[in-house]
Amino acid sequence: MSMFDGLKYRSVSSPIHSIDPRAKLVYVCVLFVISVLFSQLIPLLIILLIQVPLVVLARVKREWLRLLRGSTFFALLIFAMNVISLYFYGASQSIYSIIEHALAMSVRFIVLVESFSIFFLTTSPDMLGLSMEQMGVPYELCFAFTTAIRFIPVLAEEAQTIIDAQRARGLDLEGGNFMKRIRNYIPILIPLIVSAIRRSIELAEAMESRAWGATKKRTNLYVLNMRRRDYAFILLSLLMLAVSLYVWLAIRIPSLIQILEDLNIL
Amino acid sequence: MIEVDNVYFSYPNGVEVLKGVSLKINDGEFVAIMGQNGAGKTTLVKHFNGLLKPTRGRVLVDGVDTRHTTVAALARKVGFVFQNPDHQLFSETVEDEISFALRNFGFDEKVIRERVNWALNLLDLTQYRKVSPFMLSGGEKKRVALASVLAWDPKFLVLDEPTIGQDSYQKEKLKQFILHLNHQGKTVIIVTHDIEFVAECEPRVILMANGRIIADENARDVLTDPELISAASLVLPEVTQLFMRLNDLGFPRKVISVYEAKRLILERLRQVMC
Amino acid sequence: MAIIEARNLTYTYPLSEKPAFKNVNLSIEKGEFVLLTGPSGCGKTTLCRCFNGLIPHFYGGKLEGEIIVAGLRTVDHPIHELAQHVGLVFQNPENQLFALNVEKDVAFGLENLGYPRDEIRRRVDWALKVTGIYDLRSKPPFELSGGQQQRVAIASVLAMQPEIIVLDEPTSFLDPLTARNILEVIYQLNRSLGITVVLVEHRLDLVARYANRIIVMNNGEIIADGEPRRVFLDENVKLVGIGVPKVVKLYLLLKEEGFDLGRVPLSPEEAYEAIAEVLAHDRG
Repeated sequence: MSMFDGLKYRSVSSPIHSIDPRAKLVYVCVLFVISVLFSQLIPLLIILLIQVPLVVLARVKREWLRLLRGSTFFALLIFAMNVISLYFYGASQSIYSIIEHALAMSVRFIVLVESFSIFFLTTSPDMLGLSMEQMGVPYELCFAFTTAIRFIPVLAEEAQTIIDAQRARGLDLEGGNFMKRIRNYIPILIPLIVSAIRRSIELAEAMESRAWGATKKRTNLYVLNMRRRDYAFILLSLLMLAVSLYVWLAIRIPSLIQILEDLNIL
Repeated sequence: MIEVDNVYFSYPNGVEVLKGVSLKINDGEFVAIMGQNGAGKTTLVKHFNGLLKPTRGRVLVDGVDTRHTTVAALARKVGFVFQNPDHQLFSETVEDEISFALRNFGFDEKVIRERVNWALNLLDLTQYRKVSPFMLSGGEKKRVALASVLAWDPKFLVLDEPTIGQDSYQKEKLKQFILHLNHQGKTVIIVTHDIEFVAECEPRVILMANGRIIADENARDVLTDPELISAASLVLPEVTQLFMRLNDLGFPRKVISVYEAKRLILERLRQVMC
Repeated sequence: MAIIEARNLTYTYPLSEKPAFKNVNLSIEKGEFVLLTGPSGCGKTTLCRCFNGLIPHFYGGKLEGEIIVAGLRTVDHPIHELAQHVGLVFQNPENQLFALNVEKDVAFGLENLGYPRDEIRRRVDWALKVTGIYDLRSKPPFELSGGQQQRVAIASVLAMQPEIIVLDEPTSFLDPLTARNILEVIYQLNRSLGITVVLVEHRLDLVARYANRIIVMNNGEIIADGEPRRVFLDENVKLVGIGVPKVVKLYLLLKEEGFDLGRVPLSPEEAYEAIAEVLAHDRG
């Protein structure tokens, strides 16, 4: 299992799963705006923590934790880059405030990962496609989107079979210099592309045989209906945005260092 | 000799596909590994050339533990022909396709030329030497895939579902070819659920169900055992189905070959008529 | 009038010089169960593509002669219209399922045709039940076995309630028991719903007992067409070497030796009866 499983839809039933994808989309956008808005550690930490109950409610803790573990590398990278650049190139600051700022940037990254994973873990791609459709995205695009997702596991399996088949004929993927390594992938890429083309022709044939494009007024087995709690969720998200904007405009946010200094800890 | 010693195997997603498999395949044998889709047949044979390594237990190929060597080294001994030729063909010409493995294994050019000619000839492909493999028919592609493996003359030959999508003429030719190779001393292992094909070839049969071996005997004993066959979710050969019924007229039950069936029935008819 | 009628039909793929089949004359009546067989490359798949207009509308090429399906000249009607009369099921189940769950897939055709939602729901549930996959309706396709995927493919053409279902080697990737179950489903569609079935298959041992008619093609031509027992005795068929079921082979071997079992058996049960009868008769 890879860290990408933390972005893969888990089919469980939870209050978060049943929220309309469009409402969740609003939530993700709000979260995105807020986390870009603030660059101080304290508000970002607060945003990180207030999302935790959602994760628990959605019953996707395990996958979510795995994703967080997977993103620690990037978080550390961001931290290190910030420390280095601020230390050497930034205006002279105390080392404490440099660390605080770098930490804030890492937390911002984690917040973004967190909110995106809540969205993708709890929204089936089918429903996402459907909500795109209902928001007026052309059907062809939505269909391409869901079909692409449907074929990811199939293509992954096929790629593995091709790799196995060529290794069984003595292909060594590891050896050689850079150019040789790239050339090593030709025997894998060609069969993969050829069979993807063949597959797409077969798909097109099957689609045609099932009345693809018969009418402009296509219907849909499922309809998404916004219910009261979906509106409530949107309202809540917008409220969060409003509060954040207010805080951002009207309140001078103290830094953690300052607080600690005031309390005479440092 | 291939020795499989109490092998367990789980895929990274945690699904356990092999649950304690042990078997020995001697040099020169002809073995069919049979079972339903998902029984673990292909997973098992992918252990023979090291594409998969056991989670527990071990696999020895001529005494070498597959965990301590490379796929390339094992592949020299164990040739593996995949089910779908489209998963391996990539070269501009049939000739290049066949020499691909030979180059990987570091044969020198003169040997490569000889081996390619030999393989083209063996599978009746000489006329397609300079043709793109993508222009060939399905049956011809299968033959190119087979030639590209036989070219380096592996000691063991594994064929994964060789009869899928083949018509009866192609199957008949394949049967002749396999029997011929085996007769010349090559160890042949086929993975299949094609029970009629196995009934015609009469190899040793290893029957798998749910990641375990449930029978390992000659074809006649395994294919005529209704309990084993149903445990493996297969269907008895037609001739056997007939003789299961004819048993109440005093015929033997264990018949898989149509020629033997003819002989038995003729004998009886002649007896009755005289 | 016949439900499928082809007269002097000849077809050549674009970029090809040789026709895939030539001068095909064919007439299939409503309610028939037709087995179409022949060696690889004989043109049977190509012929199937003519039944719902994939040829010529999707493939292009040159179609000569005439083909009328369910009263419609296929050249004059778009595929989506013909699709409501002829359902096509392909060999590889994986490549005919697009949606992320089973019932959405089954609904696909009806959605394209713009049926009202409650009608779609009614027909989808019906098709799922007929094919025995109602319990799988919310599963994603990659969690299904090959046999289950093929059932979904059948259900998804069935939902459009076609008069004809054409299946191109639907069982070739399946193990024998699963294949038999799928063929049983197809047989039921024919028997209880009266749907005309055209089935392309190599595995005659599995199918011979269901079909009321076998058409054999070779090299782009129909070389035999008739009731299974007659076709199996046909000299042309023997030369092409289609794989007759083992019990038929046994019948033919005995006949060579001068023993006629009376009727060509299509299943082990029939062979048993024939042999038992001959033995009892000769004893008496």
